Amino acid sequence: MQNSHFFVTGDPMIYGADVSIALVSVAIIFYLTYFKKWGWLWREWITTVDHKKIGIMYLISALLMLFRGGVDAILMRIQLAVPNSHFLASEHYNEIFTTHGTIMILFMAMPFMFALFNIVVPLQIGARDVAYPFLNSVSFWLFFLGAMLFNISFVVGGSPNAGWLSYPPLSENDFSPGPGQNFWIWGIQISGIGSLMTGINFVVTILKMRTPTMRLRDMPLFSWSVLSSSIAILGVFPILTVTLVMLTIDRLLGGHFFTMTAGGNPMMWVNLIWMWGHPEVYIVVLPAFGVYSEVVATFSRKRIFGYSSMVFSMIAISVVSYYTWVHHFFTMGAGANVNIVFAICTMIIAIPTGVKVFNWLFTMYRGRIRITQPMLWVMAFVPCFLVGGATGVMLAAAPADYQYHNSYFLIAHFHQVLIGGVVFGYIAGMYYWFPKIFGFKLNERLGKWGFWLWQIGFYVCFMPQYALGFMGMTRRIYTYNDSMGWDMGWAPLNYISTIGAFLMGIGFIFQVWQILYSIKHGERDVTGDIWDGRTLEWSIPSPAPAYNFAILPVVKGRDAWWYQKEEMQKGNVHKEAVKYEPIHMPNNTGIPFIMSVFWFIAGFGFTFEWMWMGIAGLIGVALTLFARSFQYNTDHYIPVEEIEKTEKARKNYGSVHRTAN
Amino acid sequence: MSNHEHTANMKAYTTGFALSIILTIIPIILVLNHLLSKTALVVSILLAAVLQFVVQLFFFMHIRDGEGPRYNVMALILGIIFVVTIVAGAIWIMSFNSQVQ
Repeated sequence: MQNSHFFVTGDPMIYGADVSIALVSVAIIFYLTYFKKWGWLWREWITTVDHKKIGIMYLISALLMLFRGGVDAILMRIQLAVPNSHFLASEHYNEIFTTHGTIMILFMAMPFMFALFNIVVPLQIGARDVAYPFLNSVSFWLFFLGAMLFNISFVVGGSPNAGWLSYPPLSENDFSPGPGQNFWIWGIQISGIGSLMTGINFVVTILKMRTPTMRLRDMPLFSWSVLSSSIAILGVFPILTVTLVMLTIDRLLGGHFFTMTAGGNPMMWVNLIWMWGHPEVYIVVLPAFGVYSEVVATFSRKRIFGYSSMVFSMIAISVVSYYTWVHHFFTMGAGANVNIVFAICTMIIAIPTGVKVFNWLFTMYRGRIRITQPMLWVMAFVPCFLVGGATGVMLAAAPADYQYHNSYFLIAHFHQVLIGGVVFGYIAGMYYWFPKIFGFKLNERLGKWGFWLWQIGFYVCFMPQYALGFMGMTRRIYTYNDSMGWDMGWAPLNYISTIGAFLMGIGFIFQVWQILYSIKHGERDVTGDIWDGRTLEWSIPSPAPAYNFAILPVVKGRDAWWYQKEEMQKGNVHKEAVKYEPIHMPNNTGIPFIMSVFWFIAGFGFTFEWMWMGIAGLIGVALTLFARSFQYNTDHYIPVEEIEKTEKARKNYGSVHRTAN
Repeated sequence: MSNHEHTANMKAYTTGFALSIILTIIPIILVLNHLLSKTALVVSILLAAVLQFVVQLFFFMHIRDGEGPRYNVMALILGIIFVVTIVAGAIWIMSFNSQVQ
């Protein structure tokens, strides 16, 4: 690797980015040094094993990545707005759609989802932390450094440009030499291992760490959605890991798994990557379904309609989602029988999803609906996801798919389910649980601006793309000529679509403004139960104390907190003298961060094919694991006096300790 | 953990390790020395892989112990479903390849 190729050069936008990255880094370092915050950063955040803080870090990373992915999207839309555009070169356009897709799914949706997992699940099931707090921290740092490794490709070495799933033979050495493709492999590999660990962690947390009186069939639906999503993670992320290793062997060691020659089979990659890739979209949408279920019940002041059918349909979705992957490559020509089976499985998935939609609507039916910010997003989700699902069933019809395949119809479809289903759900979840994490509500007025800009922007952006698909515009073209643009009518629709993208971008800016504004002016949550909630997380103060529950709550059925409040109103609950016991908690540790830094070093080394650096990084990983196995001082007890002091300071909260056993 | 269990574990790990190594070396020898025809070779490699899977389950994965063995069995069944889906699905889907090439 020559030095002159190490830094990406030549494009004024990249120099601009270089300068702003340098300025922001200097500003952060100056701030931390000047206010002597380095120790604070290390003690309170980097070494933390507290699920709430890890959740906050996931949330911040996800919002940053949403920004980066969104900028990519806007750049693409500017390029496509008019025919014969020279705003981006074709190579640059390829890089941008690759990073846009990869970042939005793996570095935006996944961490946003893990933020909600971490923030909500332990509080909702009455646990004091996740089952494996150390592993949780490892997961976060692997994700974060994997994401950073992927993102530095922008300024060092060059971005990947073979598409978000990097099909070979294009992604092989012959056609994509250089570090860009390796950045993609190692960024995803490292963060993917972190995701797998999170999946394991939450399966065990939900099965083993529930407060003893909570039966699985009384568990809130969000936790059920996390369980089904995590089981899907367990099933498919290993496939991703292995597939990436195979591509690494091809690229780094001259293997022939997916090459055109020497017995390689590129279609095997497509087969394997979609075995992961298809369940992956269900992995990200299931927790969004969980959010909708919680929000709709709370703001309709009703129990969720059809609880058992909700649970059953989520489990059905996570099982059937394993048997649909071929619908991403019907056109490969695997034969009619294969296509039929997978087309039918794909259509079957629509049934449990439809059941869920009806259940949400029936929950709202005759409910006392409060139109709050989370509820707005839920109500916007239903029609949006309905259309997305319907176009999905159209695409699932294998013979018709030969027409839609890789057209803008497909682009519009998957943006509609991923934005309308996943992003709306996560945003609803963020608004809903924000007061629980930070102790204040997000401003309504700015939020509504953001909401309407997003909604209008969404339809303005993506409805024209359905039409463009039918008009023959295929995905990943970087420009189109005048006759396509004006005679065939591509240009006006593309132009409208670009306007929509900008509206969504402005909506996002309003949301950022909303968060910053609310830090100072947001309505403070003094009760811990700002939405009049139904589940256990609303029974404790906001923000929750480090140990979450001073005394493990007693659960007598679904919507435990709601019925406890009813009992309290009737005066059936007697104040008993509370007897605290010391609480067993994990110690902070720097090992997850240090280990992930070594992973980063290894990934960076292999990316540039500097074997010495890659191997040194892996040795570092092994050494940190070794060091961890000799770490005996891993936990501590919070003494009773400290719990009493903390609880006394929050005496005015409606509180679980009234039902202490 | 009592000392007795510790040695029992040690023994299980050593046996499992030895068996795994043997089951890895057999396919390597078969491949390097071209000892078998193609079909026989593929079958023996697969057989060695499946055996090794069983060995690892019993000697390393503690499939037999634990207070709630139900979870072990459930997880195992789930894992087998995953593996069968991946392997059988991939073979079936990719069988089109013989028609194309």
